[in-house]
Amino acid sequence: MRINCPLCGERASDEFSYLGDATPGRPPSGASLKEWHDYVYLRDNPRGPHHEYWHHVGGCRAWLVIHRDTFTHEIFDVGLACDIEESVG
Amino acid sequence: MKYSLFNLIRNTFSGHSRWTPAWRDATPKTHYDVIIIGGGGHGLATAYYLAREHGIHNIAVLEKGYIGGGNAGRNTTIVRANYLLEGNQPFYEWSLKLWESLEQELNYNVMMSQRGVINLYHSDAQRDAYVRRGNAMLMHGSDAVLMKRDELRDMLPYLDYDNARFPILGGLMQPRGGTARHDAVVWGYARGADMRDVDIIQNCEVTGIRMENGAITGVDTTRGAIGANKIGLAVAGNSSRLAAMAGMRLPIESHVLQAFVTEGLKPLIDHVVTFGAGHFYISQSDKGGLVFGGDLDGYNSYAQRGNLPMVEHVLESGMAMMPSLGRLRVLRHWGGIMDMSMDGSPIIDKTPIDGLYLNTGWCYGGFKATPASGWCFAHTIARDHAHRYNAPYRLDRFMTGNLIDERGGGPRPNVH
Ligand SMILES: Cc1cc2nc3c(=O)[nH]c(=O)nc-3n(C[C@H](O)[C@H](O)[C@H](O)COP(=O)(O)OP(=O)(O)OC[C@H]3O[C@@H](n4cnc5c(N)ncnc54)[C@H](O)[C@@H]3O)c2cc1C
Ligand SMILES: [Zn+2]
Repeated sequence: MRINCPLCGERASDEFSYLGDATPGRPPSGASLKEWHDYVYLRDNPRGPHHEYWHHVGGCRAWLVIHRDTFTHEIFDVGLACDIEESVG
Repeated sequence: MKYSLFNLIRNTFSGHSRWTPAWRDATPKTHYDVIIIGGGGHGLATAYYLAREHGIHNIAVLEKGYIGGGNAGRNTTIVRANYLLEGNQPFYEWSLKLWESLEQELNYNVMMSQRGVINLYHSDAQRDAYVRRGNAMLMHGSDAVLMKRDELRDMLPYLDYDNARFPILGGLMQPRGGTARHDAVVWGYARGADMRDVDIIQNCEVTGIRMENGAITGVDTTRGAIGANKIGLAVAGNSSRLAAMAGMRLPIESHVLQAFVTEGLKPLIDHVVTFGAGHFYISQSDKGGLVFGGDLDGYNSYAQRGNLPMVEHVLESGMAMMPSLGRLRVLRHWGGIMDMSMDGSPIIDKTPIDGLYLNTGWCYGGFKATPASGWCFAHTIARDHAHRYNAPYRLDRFMTGNLIDERGGGPRPNVH
């Protein structure tokens, strides 16, 4: 697997570390226990396209959101997490 | 047919042409009392104990490929009961007890070999942690022995004791731990279940779960719809996909774990040895190949194959522990899809859906759990409540805060 970092270009995947699913949204303060439980512990865990956080820890140290197929390991898209978070609001 | 010396001699006279198949390749009926989805070790053991212990015989095991083609046939076959926490050790000790009589129980040679599992330690702090774990094991009635460096040197002369960075100071040994032949475990349980009328149905993928008024009524499969009163999920890395068919989300992620085997050698490693300064475990199969593995690749995967950085990482760990490995050629490496849970411990429980039962979250360690997992899951399905041994493995423990986090890793499936 090679990852095309928006800042550094295409690099070997072992320069990156993996955090996990990027889709769960942090609940607002005052959310119920169930909402927090679902956010912290439950995952869709799809077999197919998956948005996920990676960290270019051995490079520019930017946090990335990668759109990747969990079955084929094909990478469709790589973006900077800060851009994506801003556009989501 | 019972396997015995008498039958062996009898079949020798007929040129071994009269052995009968160990189990029937069944075709689906229209309805079963219990359907178990997943023909790995856990699913087959569950069906076996449902019939053996609970007198339920109208059972089908549905397997999308061939039985044992998943993690059951891909693991490094280590069997041990060396946990620290209250929720884990009684369950795994029960599993080890079932292993110890499994061959007599099944009338099948699963090649259970109690050769001893040794966890190496490389620092004083690690020694203290192992002493604590060993004491917890002893208090639960298991066996544990702390080995000093010189004792280990006599037993395992091939290790790099004076490694500058990770000197080996000693190890925690569980003499009753060891290995078993993974395929034989699958075949032995399949045969035992089949002898008790369980239908083992291969090439039968479940594509939907049918419900009415919040209760299970059956499944859709690639071989048609099949009715059921109760359904047990034992699909390991595919748990989230099956749960989604019933509208559930699970505290599970699927990750790939790789394993390796070298060319065959004369006897070299008599035990199971694990590196304490990295994640690496090794044993020698009866064919002579060295069988070993390490960490998960680390990212969500359903691919049943890993990537090269982890191959390099595992082999580096192996070289740090046992430099002579470098002279060997790796024959094969492969991957399996692990059902990694949010606290590193399994789930054997009823679900909120009437008639749907869940067995998942086995992470790296589900092979050794096979007998007790099947035994406890059968109890839970038949009696509608957990046995004492699987009572801590509840699905709602993440809601109530009763997590069983052996590693202290938090809700990060890829670090457990
Ligand atoms: C490389 C590797 C090394 C390991 N090493 C060890 C070890 O040393 N010690 C240890 O204790 N554990 C080890 N494990 C873990 C252990 O192998 C698993 O935890 C255990 O095998 C899981 O239970 P199972 O046997 O029932 O799973 P599986 O054999 O994976 O069974 C699940 C079955 O469900 C089937 N299935 C999935 N979806 C469907 C569907 N829709 N319809 C019908 N069937 C379906 C699959 O085809 C599969 O056959 C290792 C695992 C791997 C991958
Ligand atoms: Zn970068």
